[in-house]
Amino acid sequence: MHSIVRKLTVLMIGSVALGGAAVAQDKVARTPAGKPDLNGIWQAMGSAHWNLEPHNAEPSPVVAMGALGAIPGGLGAVEGGRIPYKPEALKKRDENKAKWLELDPLVQCKLPGVPRATYLPHPFQIVQEPNAMLMTYEFAGADRIVYFNKPNTEYQVESWMGYNLARWDGDTLVIDVTGQMEDSWFDSAGNFHGPNLKVQERYTAKGANVLMYEATITDPDTFTKPWKISMPLYRRLDKDMQLLDFKCVEFVEELLYGKYRKGVMK
Amino acid sequence: METHVSTSAIQPNQLHRILAISVLMALSSTAAHAAEPPKQAKFTVPKNEYGQPDLRGVWNFSSNTPFVRPAKYQGREFMTKEEVAADHAAIQARSERSDNESGGTGGVGGYNQFWVESLAQDENYRTSLLIDPPNGQLPPLQPGMKSENGGLGPDTGGERPVRFRVGGVRKDGPEDRGLSERCLMGFNSGPPFVPSMYNNNVQIFQTKTHAVIMTEMIHDARIVKLDAKAHIDPALRQWSGDSRGYYEGDTLVVETRNFTDKTNVFRGAGNGTTMKLTERFTRVGKDRVDYKFTIDDTTTFTKPFTALVPMVRTDGELFEYACHEGNYGMVNILQGARQEEREAAAKKSGAQ
Repeated sequence: MHSIVRKLTVLMIGSVALGGAAVAQDKVARTPAGKPDLNGIWQAMGSAHWNLEPHNAEPSPVVAMGALGAIPGGLGAVEGGRIPYKPEALKKRDENKAKWLELDPLVQCKLPGVPRATYLPHPFQIVQEPNAMLMTYEFAGADRIVYFNKPNTEYQVESWMGYNLARWDGDTLVIDVTGQMEDSWFDSAGNFHGPNLKVQERYTAKGANVLMYEATITDPDTFTKPWKISMPLYRRLDKDMQLLDFKCVEFVEELLYGKYRKGVMK
Repeated sequence: METHVSTSAIQPNQLHRILAISVLMALSSTAAHAAEPPKQAKFTVPKNEYGQPDLRGVWNFSSNTPFVRPAKYQGREFMTKEEVAADHAAIQARSERSDNESGGTGGVGGYNQFWVESLAQDENYRTSLLIDPPNGQLPPLQPGMKSENGGLGPDTGGERPVRFRVGGVRKDGPEDRGLSERCLMGFNSGPPFVPSMYNNNVQIFQTKTHAVIMTEMIHDARIVKLDAKAHIDPALRQWSGDSRGYYEGDTLVVETRNFTDKTNVFRGAGNGTTMKLTERFTRVGKDRVDYKFTIDDTTTFTKPFTALVPMVRTDGELFEYACHEGNYGMVNILQGARQEEREAAAKKSGAQ
């Protein structure tokens, strides 16, 4: 009996200690200035990049890719399930979807814009300084500089990755993204926006290795009201993790320019 | 001294800075020592919150200093103040001539001086950016090595892969064009980055475990791991290599390996696979970082060589250099060549 109690006690202390260690380990790191330290390499899981709305699995559009090219189903990342398109915009979305491979800017290795860059099936790295951040994405080597120290400034020229102003709302990093080119899409299902897109992103650390990501999309030309997506982003814990080249420009030259080759173009 | 420098990347405040520097240079008598750079006031390097020398911010590496030493400066490391002033005046005159030349007939050329960053932005009195070998000349190539460069003139007729940046070997397909025309690499972004026509801006980011060297040109964010010594597997080859770094006193030292064989080592010679690049970023003044780089590739060059590029702080922001997204040039180059072929064929069959 005595020894059982002792063993139990040891076990309990052990599990408390383990639990404690797990909790301690899962604490959100802080910068010397006391802000959540979001530095690191992150990646979304799931299939939001295929389609932000709930969708069934579909076969590959490229026959040769077979099952490996097939599109997995997804529960959807949009709050309320559906993107609140205006009727004419919904028609355009459906046309986009029907001509996906022809029209999707990512097929052509163009910069993905925000929020699409966040949930591509590629890692991205947050480089966090007190006054600025660099968000750098493996896909197409996309990147954007985010400013903490330029409040109330405006974009001077449109860009693919937008003009990014950040602030802290408690422990949540808030980034307002304006001035994005109208050419980017939200996913591979034709979901799109117009030139007056505003995106407000919120990054909230839930422990050491998970960020909750939320993005509110406002574009009165295209949608009847603002809408929101959310999903977790996971820290890439791979040993010696680092971003690698994915300079896809080289991979799409045949697609984009093959028809102008000598001997091909008549 | 009136200057006329502007690019999309230079902000009005930066222009004021350039003007201010120019005026200071003209007025300063302490800088008048022939053959000597002006003395820097004693400067304590600021530290960031991790105790690292603070290199954060946007730095402009424009320079009017030639990379290799011109013959007229043979045996001299520095120019005199008078020579610098004369140089500036010549550039100024050229700019004014060029900026007035628009319209007319024939080719319009690529850019007039309005777009070109070519004025020295700091009191860089050096006769060459190359500081080693001390004669300011690139070491000879190894026997059998040759360098192939493109340029704005006719195609070179060389072979693929095209490793140089500007121009091309022919126009049969996109692979015949230089890496910057294909939007794969910038013409000045390296690594190592070297002053060229425009977009000579770099932003440095620092965290506890990383540094990032981000060139405005082609928006290349080169991530430097400070917490790992070993490079990635030798099978992995990257356009901008694989960078590791550490701090040595007030200097960030970055060592880069694992370059791809699709780029050259320097000035059109060799290929990246054997290249070792060491870069040193040293904060030498409130508004100045010295960028020193050494290329060590004795497969290609007989000796390593080192250049020093002064960088000046700018308050401007980097703009997004989305090259591929608007690369109508590639379509036009190829389509134009096909059109010329059609016309030549029509002429030939008409002549028969």
